[in-house]
Amino acid sequence: MFSILRTIWDVFLHTFRRRVTVQYPEEKPYLAPRYRGRIILARDPDGGERCVACYLCAAVCPVDCIALQATEDSSGRRYPEFFRINFSRCIFCGFCEDACPTYAIQLTPDFEMGEYLRPNLVYEKEDLLISGVGKYPGYNFWRVSGVQIGGKDKGESEREAPPADIHSLLP
Amino acid sequence: MDGDIAGMTSPLPFASIFGVLIVALTIAAGLIWVERRLLALWQDRYGPNRVGPFGLLQVMADMIKIFFKEDWIPPFADKWVFILAPAIIVVTVLMSFAVLPYAPGIVVNDLNVGLLFVLGMSSLGVYSVVLAGWSSDNKYSLLGALRAAAQMLSYEVFLGLSIMGVVLLAGSFNLTEIVHAQRGLWFIAPQFIGFVLFLIAGVAETRRLPFDLPEAESELVAGFHSEYSGMKFGLFFVGEYLGVTLISALITILFLGGWLGPVLPPIVWFLIKTFFFIGFFILLRAALPRPRFDQLMNWGWKIMLPLSVANLLVTGAVVVASTPGA
Repeated sequence: MFSILRTIWDVFLHTFRRRVTVQYPEEKPYLAPRYRGRIILARDPDGGERCVACYLCAAVCPVDCIALQATEDSSGRRYPEFFRINFSRCIFCGFCEDACPTYAIQLTPDFEMGEYLRPNLVYEKEDLLISGVGKYPGYNFWRVSGVQIGGKDKGESEREAPPADIHSLLP
Repeated sequence: MDGDIAGMTSPLPFASIFGVLIVALTIAAGLIWVERRLLALWQDRYGPNRVGPFGLLQVMADMIKIFFKEDWIPPFADKWVFILAPAIIVVTVLMSFAVLPYAPGIVVNDLNVGLLFVLGMSSLGVYSVVLAGWSSDNKYSLLGALRAAAQMLSYEVFLGLSIMGVVLLAGSFNLTEIVHAQRGLWFIAPQFIGFVLFLIAGVAETRRLPFDLPEAESELVAGFHSEYSGMKFGLFFVGEYLGVTLISALITILFLGGWLGPVLPPIVWFLIKTFFFIGFFILLRAALPRPRFDQLMNWGWKIMLPLSVANLLVTGAVVVASTPGA
């Protein structure tokens, strides 16, 4: 009986509590830097595309919302011919970001992607590419990898020794 | 006694009828908004605050929506009873509003048996629920209706008994005279037990939480109105809120001196007191869980009924003892 009265009183005291609702459109919620929102494709510090079209993101995607086609440019750099993310399918799990070997695909703290037409949720490469490096400044896959491309021969990467001359008997 | 009906006390009968009708229905509709805002307040939320100022137009939006809903009558339902049931509850509750004195002169019909009339009308309200549950031809609806019938019958008993103390003290069934009898002291002081009993019985009578077992959604889908949709469902809703308003107004009249109060005009005092109890009803909903049905019945018959009888007995003894020459 007294617990009933106490409950009523306790609930009444909530009149003077702060409300926990965040009044969203006027008042933006805090989103952590690692919030998993809209997916972007980052670029190298020198402006080239980071994506090497390895298909790992498309393979790991649990809802198969990533589609891409690999191709090569004249210098031998792999890049996606098209890169398409269907955000009406995407569940923002972040597996693609985990899978990406070149820090190209990244999730950002932005979720305001509403559209009136469903086809508008399919983002093409030009919608996904940003001009910056995203969360990983200074990283450039083609500089650190041992892959040979035009303008960079074997052994010319950063922190890479020149290749051994297997025809020489010198130590 | 000058006949059964004392006659229209208002100089403009139709003005007062329509005034009371419009105000009562507006308040009942507005209560949807009030309830949602207050519940939100007590749950640290905001509630509807987008449509119009403070979300007041939410009610309008809800109304427009509910009018456009498909008004479906199940093929297995007893059609005419099914259609009639929601109307009964609104009509019976609105009839009760006719005898309530809101302020001096603002009363549709100052009946000399006003209190009995109100009790009778609220008893008739049971038919709405029972017929709705029966005509729906649905086990959940029928269970809800059964519960409603049992609950209303057992709580009706001491709903009536708990206010007989007030009647004894005032010496009249006329609600205006009951208010006038409280000029010296509001009846909440000498009739505190009666007040508490009436409050609890009133909550049960309007089937409000925590006594909403007839429509307990965790057990019975929506109880007696499971099969109702569109504006028929809306009528049950309006009936419920009208009932809340009616019980709050009755508590105000019977125990808190109706329109009596200093400085402010009488009708303002009446509204303040009424809305205080409406708020309390909503607070009860926010705070208390629903009892089990057997607990509800035990509570009614084994505690409330003996208490109200004892209250009536003691009040009667005091009234007799203090009346000279009795």
